[in-house]
Amino acid sequence: MTALFQSWGATHEWAWFFSMLIGILVIALPLMLAVAMIIYADRKIWAAIALRRGPNVVGPWGLLQSFADGLKVFLKETIIPSSANKAMFLIAPIITFTVALIVWAVVPFDIGVVLADINVGMLYVLAASSLGVYGVILAGWSSNSKYPFFAAIRAAAQMVSYEVSIGFVLICVVLYANSFNLTDIVMAQKGNVLGIFSGYGFNPLLFPMAVVFFISSMAETFRTPFDLVEAESELVAGHQTEYSSMSFALFWLGEYGNVILMCALNAILFWGGFLPPLDIGFLYWIPGILWLFLKMGFFFFCFSWVKATVPRYRYDQLMRLGWKIFLPLSLLFVVLISGWLMFWRYGAAA
Amino acid sequence: MIAVISFYLFAAMTIASAVLVIFARNPVHSVLWLIVSFFSASGLMLMTGAEFIALLLVIVYVGAVAVLFLFVVMMLDIDFAQLRSGFTRNLPFGLLIALVLLAEIIVAANARGAGSIIADKPPEAAQPNIVALGEAMYSRFLFPFEIAGLILLVAMIGAIVLTHRSRGDVRGQKISKQVDRRPQDAIQNKQPAVGQGVKL
Repeated sequence: MTALFQSWGATHEWAWFFSMLIGILVIALPLMLAVAMIIYADRKIWAAIALRRGPNVVGPWGLLQSFADGLKVFLKETIIPSSANKAMFLIAPIITFTVALIVWAVVPFDIGVVLADINVGMLYVLAASSLGVYGVILAGWSSNSKYPFFAAIRAAAQMVSYEVSIGFVLICVVLYANSFNLTDIVMAQKGNVLGIFSGYGFNPLLFPMAVVFFISSMAETFRTPFDLVEAESELVAGHQTEYSSMSFALFWLGEYGNVILMCALNAILFWGGFLPPLDIGFLYWIPGILWLFLKMGFFFFCFSWVKATVPRYRYDQLMRLGWKIFLPLSLLFVVLISGWLMFWRYGAAA
Repeated sequence: MIAVISFYLFAAMTIASAVLVIFARNPVHSVLWLIVSFFSASGLMLMTGAEFIALLLVIVYVGAVAVLFLFVVMMLDIDFAQLRSGFTRNLPFGLLIALVLLAEIIVAANARGAGSIIADKPPEAAQPNIVALGEAMYSRFLFPFEIAGLILLVAMIGAIVLTHRSRGDVRGQKISKQVDRRPQDAIQNKQPAVGQGVKL
């Protein structure tokens, strides 16, 4: 792409700049479409588990429901509470939405198909996901209303608690893959277990961490068993209570964008990303990007499944799970895995 | 060209937001400007090729420290008029600290050798700087590194000891007891005769 722009007479830098711009659009626009379809899928799966029909009126099988909702929200009036802190109030949903998008820059869709192949990709993911909490805090504070403020406090505590264990889980993966680069991490999983299975999740030493990461990613995106931030029976709609129209839609898009991202990270870190699950020749006929989408779809189904079946946690249970169970467990596994690597892979006895 | 534009963008943003931290009327806005300034500083570090430090700055300061700052500031009931009245009284002391810091920066910049920040890129290293940093920290600077970790641990334990009060009369949640509870312990099925009622 850079070469193409150069042939049109741009200097190398500007050619790079424009090709990056196009790369961003190529990722962001399908992502928006994916968010619309995943909201539809979420509602359909939830409905099926509850023995309902779900959305089935707009378009064939209700496929266009999300677009109808989007149009409706777009046509509504934006209401800003008179006592709200206006600038913060408007910036908050933008932050949530932007943060959900920027992490996709380092997600590898196939070998070499990644916008920014940086060698600290994993740290970038951590840094960007730690920003997500600001959208919620600012929304809660600037609304100048009780329920949003409670939601903001809960969100901050919850995200900080689960980020700690997510950090340790990521360290385990990084130690095992010996790289911070996400493409390298995926490639290190090729035939990792018994020479056949591709994916750290198949490794008994790392499987518990895959489970911890899956649960923590649900807590990090405020999905149902951990959705105390917007627990409707206590806090109306949490930090979104005072929002309407497009500002509300941005929260919605950002939230589901984050959910898709967490599905992708689950697939990439533990289940081989764009590699087929079995390291057998003919499975590579299916393009890597399809394998990644299949795995993301599977994890999204699990997310919806959990949402439809598991009751919400009590707040003290949530904190207990984060600090008293996941944190010591993931810390123990950091020690176990580094010990394993030291004695078996690098041979410290020598 | 792009490097120059982004350098001046980040540098201007760092200075402007740092100034706004001081001059913002609302303390919450001050903290938010501080976050913007952390961000632009990490952008500057990225441009000098220190990608590990830059991302660590975002993870540690923006992701954790500033969240706690924001929390405290939001919760505090601050009287702004009283806060502002101390401005002239504290000004000389503040200026002194500012001068000391400025002198430190000048000394540090001179020690590194004169030259602009952009030109002063580290040589294109064969290894990513996370590897170089790790090798330095775990071999040559192992003991200072471990002592720093110990000091942090002591500070953490100290904070817990200072703030923790154990009170005997609090009824806490006993999770094991809650999990052990079975339906047959909690639910009774009775079929009382009409007009009899149930005695528990």
